[in-house]
Amino acid sequence: MPLTIRIQREDFDIAAEIAALSAGRRDIGAVVSFTGLCRDEGGTLAALELEHYPGMAEAEIGRVAAEANARWPLMGLLAIHRYGRVAPGEQIVLVIATSAHRRAAFEAADFLMDYLKTRAPFWKREHLADGTIGGWVEAKDIDQKAAQRWE
Amino acid sequence: MTQALATSAPASDTRSVKLVYFAWVRERVGLADEQVELPAGTETVLDLVRWLKSRDEGYAAAFENETLVRAAINQTHVKPGASLAGASEIAFFPPMTGG
Repeated sequence: MPLTIRIQREDFDIAAEIAALSAGRRDIGAVVSFTGLCRDEGGTLAALELEHYPGMAEAEIGRVAAEANARWPLMGLLAIHRYGRVAPGEQIVLVIATSAHRRAAFEAADFLMDYLKTRAPFWKREHLADGTIGGWVEAKDIDQKAAQRWE
Repeated sequence: MTQALATSAPASDTRSVKLVYFAWVRERVGLADEQVELPAGTETVLDLVRWLKSRDEGYAAAFENETLVRAAINQTHVKPGASLAGASEIAFFPPMTGG
């Protein structure tokens, strides 16, 4: 199964990534993509700063992708995760799963995101609109529970 | 087995490992990474955490809650009871908040 994992500072183009995954193939029946954006809930956020563990980030997402490939009949998987400074409204993460049928693609994309949030070594910190540096974002129980659904 | 024997040092020796820290663990420790000699008897991740806590206030603050800080050995997640045998790079970091 074609697998693409990229950890990058730059933004990404969803349409171009979908096109690349399906180029030259006639057997793909379903493409599911998820895009995570930087969100400002109260008008106080200037940007999120994402720190990551180079090397392990790629390795860990690769391990999660291998698990997804073992569980569902996939035709391709892609994960792109940005690091550095990301402003509200900008894209942070992209997951794409392709398969012959929609169920496998939906579930694999959902699985990959759930595990990416709880296992991929990334940490977010807030930069506030008033110019101060806010705190590190705390991990949420709801994300841990979402990942546990797949156990 | 052969490899384990080859890398295990005599009882009197210390073993050098690279420690790396991320996010608020890095800030509290005050370093992004360092090379340390593991003291004799440091066999698990938790042993290492307890030794680090005894070094100074920064480490003590970083590892205040021993079970909150996560660890990875050679870039793979491990539990506190994991053995340090074969470890060359040991990372400590808060629960992850990517995605």
